[in-house]
Amino acid sequence: MSIKRLSPEESLALNKFTVDEGNPHIVVDKEICAHCTDRACLVVCPARLYRLKDGQVSFEFAGCLECGTCRVMCSEGGITSWNYPRATFGVTYRAS
Amino acid sequence: MADDKFDAIVVGAGPAGSACAYVLAREGKNVLLVERGDIAGAKNVSGGRLYTYALEMIEPGMYLRAPLQRKIVREQIMLLGERTATTIDYFDPAFAEKVPQSYSVVRAKLDEWFAGEAEAKGATLASGVKVDGVIEEGGKIVGIRAGEEEMRCEIVVAADGINSLIAQKAGLFADVEGHAVGIGVKETIELPDSEISTRFAVKDDEGAARVAIGCTDGISGGAFLYTNKGSISLGIVFNPAQAAKQGRHVQDILQDFKTHPAILALIEGGTTVEYGAHLVPEIGYRGIPEKLHREGMVVIGDAARFGINTGLIIRGMDLAMVSGLAAAQAILAAEDTSRVGLLYMKKLEELFLLGEERAYQNFHKVFEIPRVFREVPKLANEAMQFLFRVDGKIPTPMVHGLMDVAHRNMSFGQMLADGWKVYRSL
Repeated sequence: MSIKRLSPEESLALNKFTVDEGNPHIVVDKEICAHCTDRACLVVCPARLYRLKDGQVSFEFAGCLECGTCRVMCSEGGITSWNYPRATFGVTYRAS
Repeated sequence: MADDKFDAIVVGAGPAGSACAYVLAREGKNVLLVERGDIAGAKNVSGGRLYTYALEMIEPGMYLRAPLQRKIVREQIMLLGERTATTIDYFDPAFAEKVPQSYSVVRAKLDEWFAGEAEAKGATLASGVKVDGVIEEGGKIVGIRAGEEEMRCEIVVAADGINSLIAQKAGLFADVEGHAVGIGVKETIELPDSEISTRFAVKDDEGAARVAIGCTDGISGGAFLYTNKGSISLGIVFNPAQAAKQGRHVQDILQDFKTHPAILALIEGGTTVEYGAHLVPEIGYRGIPEKLHREGMVVIGDAARFGINTGLIIRGMDLAMVSGLAAAQAILAAEDTSRVGLLYMKKLEELFLLGEERAYQNFHKVFEIPRVFREVPKLANEAMQFLFRVDGKIPTPMVHGLMDVAHRNMSFGQMLADGWKVYRSL
């Protein structure tokens, strides 16, 4: 492989993740996000896990890089709970 | 474990936590070092340069054992245009002599080693343990909770990073605010070691560190590049509030930077092996919370938001280590836990950490000047093009040509205002 542009999905596919199926460590309330005009999460999440689907903010916790940017930038409280994943789950950096 | 009472529980085995645990264990204290990653370093990302003096403060010669990458002898500043680039390259072999000034590092390696050093001195390392909260009794922090387990101690050292949920749970300070942090995104790109030495014109154990502006779509922020052994760390740090307004995704802007012709030439043929992201404290002294301690707890490292960023010098890991040392010295010197907090603040002064932070306390205001990140690098490159271009036609007189370039990018008033702001901030 040589150097090329990577999509967010391709970037994340390089990393090692152990997904805690059924146990999202970040909880998003779409009802609150529906009234939010900032929606910074759509742009600043480095894993691009916040997306617009049919005009609604949707969130996927698998692939989270555990940086905390979404929590810090969430202006309307749509992120109702933010935690690190349970021990042994989440991203494992090996070369960063 | 519940029956044991530790002298200290350090939460987080990054540079701050391991430095603190190492010194405490070396001096005979019963220390528990808790790390949520399966291995220390597994949750950590940094640009990748450590200033060596900090390890020397913890123990002279310790850096010789550390899994460091390349001694940085080339300091490079890059101003990027859309396809153009102007690079300043400062070469200084003295940076590699005696105790070298700095090394590039890979956190997965550095943090695992450092936690292991603390363990070898007698600290108990508990990896793969996530701390959920603190135990408070009679107005004091007396331990931590992890799942069903409770662990007790004389003092909890919060070294759990920029998000420091532990210090927040202990009621020390509120969540960090958007304007006070940068979001860093980074690719680690593998490339043969000999190729790195050739491309950056360095010996095999020496390396280059590069900062770049003009690659953030006008967002306050900058890029970095560090040469490691067999890999290159390449990334950008953005102001998240400006990134949100600007509207383009940060991962996408990183791809622009990576494929800029002047950058691509350095990494061509390489393979991206990891993509990481992390928040960094960005506003230095003014971002440090008012309270870094209460009875039974002190806060160190990124959790305390220690950071210095002049645009050229970007420091975090060294300050983390020094703060870990300060906390350890305070714990060792205090007759009882109620004294630790104030002693810690005193040690932060004695070890010059707070003095250094204060020396740069207005520096972040330079990064509030919007033109620094688009117009200034563009202007520099257009000026270069004017100076170097030969096309067989009668050239514009030098002064007029350069004035034209300047006025295309900035008005005279803007230049004056920006210059004044830079002067005031330094």
